[in-house]
Amino acid sequence: MKTPIYLDYSATTPCDPRVVQHMLPFFTEAFGNAASRSHAFGWTAEAAVEEARSQVAQLLGAHQKEILWTSGSTEANNLAIKGVAAMYRQKGNHLITAVTEHKAVLDPMKYLETQGYEVTFLPVDGKGHVDLAQLAAAITDRTILVSLMAANNEVGTLHPLAEIGALCKQKGTLFHTDATQAAGKITLDVEAQHVDLLSLSAHKMYGPKGVGCLYVRRKNPRVRLTSQMDGGGHERGMRSGTLNVTGIVGMGEAARLCRTEMATEMARVSALRDRLERRLLAALPDAVQNGDPKNRLPHLANVSFPYVEGESLIMGIKELAVSSGSACTSASLEPSYVLKSLGLGDELAHSSIRFSLGRFTTEQEVDFAADRVITEVKRLREMSPLWEMVQEGVDLSKVKWTAH
Amino acid sequence: MAYSDKVLDHYQNPRNVGALDKNDPNVGTGVVGAPECGDVMKLQIRVDDSGKIVDAKFKTYGCGSAIASSSLATEWLKGTSVDAAEQIKNTQIVEELSLPPVKIHCSVLAEDAIKAAIEDWRQKRAARTDGAEVKA
Repeated sequence: MKTPIYLDYSATTPCDPRVVQHMLPFFTEAFGNAASRSHAFGWTAEAAVEEARSQVAQLLGAHQKEILWTSGSTEANNLAIKGVAAMYRQKGNHLITAVTEHKAVLDPMKYLETQGYEVTFLPVDGKGHVDLAQLAAAITDRTILVSLMAANNEVGTLHPLAEIGALCKQKGTLFHTDATQAAGKITLDVEAQHVDLLSLSAHKMYGPKGVGCLYVRRKNPRVRLTSQMDGGGHERGMRSGTLNVTGIVGMGEAARLCRTEMATEMARVSALRDRLERRLLAALPDAVQNGDPKNRLPHLANVSFPYVEGESLIMGIKELAVSSGSACTSASLEPSYVLKSLGLGDELAHSSIRFSLGRFTTEQEVDFAADRVITEVKRLREMSPLWEMVQEGVDLSKVKWTAH
Repeated sequence: MAYSDKVLDHYQNPRNVGALDKNDPNVGTGVVGAPECGDVMKLQIRVDDSGKIVDAKFKTYGCGSAIASSSLATEWLKGTSVDAAEQIKNTQIVEELSLPPVKIHCSVLAEDAIKAAIEDWRQKRAARTDGAEVKA
């Protein structure tokens, strides 16, 4: 077993070697520009791009003409949100999202607020869910878009897409979902779930970085977008720029593998996730799973280890590549806004670790990870004044701290 | 984030982790920081009759730099006088551990913990000597 062990598949995934094999010819002999209509180099590239488009569409239950290539989910989210806002400005100026969305949704929304739009940021409950009644009440005849993610990137909570989609359809507003974390993990079906726009990123699903797509519904209703980048009029005029053919080919193959292997892969990975989580929670008193224990991504576990601080824990488990909800690892000292939105106190947010497993995770790695975390949390607790106080029966919430 | 070798060493082999009896009149205890800020330090000193710190212990909830700052502080405290201990500045800790700017607050916290422990010990001693003076 090689260390460090990668348990951060929600940050990015390695390219599947089969994806790489698929991509290789397009770097060299099949290097054509998919927009070159006058020769075989262009035709070969275009055929490969269309095959990939079809593969991605099949993963979503969409038609291939509904897939627009982008540089990734951030661009897809920006295009969906700003593109709808500009196109439907006459209909209304109101958009709805939730506080736990990724920055690639929140920040375009905040930008729109500076441009005369109104945005409702829905709160979430302790598991990370929006209240559907509250969502329904927030939709007015001026609402042009609801954007709610398929799965949360930090805690893995799944939004009920079909219910949200049906509600939006009934109310006559468009529904966008950022499905970056969900693709290849749970079933996505833009028809059954009434999704109008959907963002994906290849590198979260064993494809290459720097490529993604936006699904844009063509019928019932036909969704129109104002392009956010002008140029050669590629992608039906909605996204100009020479196509990243190698990346797109990789994304197509990655989507095909996700579609054909998801059922067996997720059964295996979720069993490993459960094994990891069970061991951690059993061995470490007061450790808690964050988010929704049921409706969540099958490969992700977000666990808080009270009385130890996240960054020091990550430092102690350097054989494991994981993410922390503690922002001590970044320049700001604010812990995760997602965990705080779920109502976690700063202390629990500071001590949280996100474990995300994937296609190449083994049982041996999971057991090693559990052993290392358990050992290190115990060591740090022996060093922790908070743990000592709790052992003495002190209620930490009643202590008068000297904040700094 | 890249840690200096000294921070890593203190984090992996922290010196003087533990607790002294906080009810002992010769023990001063300082607890500084807050869990919601991501660090809490508890630093304790035992002082003999001549004003020399004969023992120091710490427990820290916080990042590696916070643990290293408090571990280093206990090393410096042991064997020194209370008066000298009061002169320890956070900048000395920053320098010794090569702390980056975002971790300077860890050294500030360690300095505060030293001062709080000394203050606690002073108050305990004053309470005792006040009693003695009343009698005299």
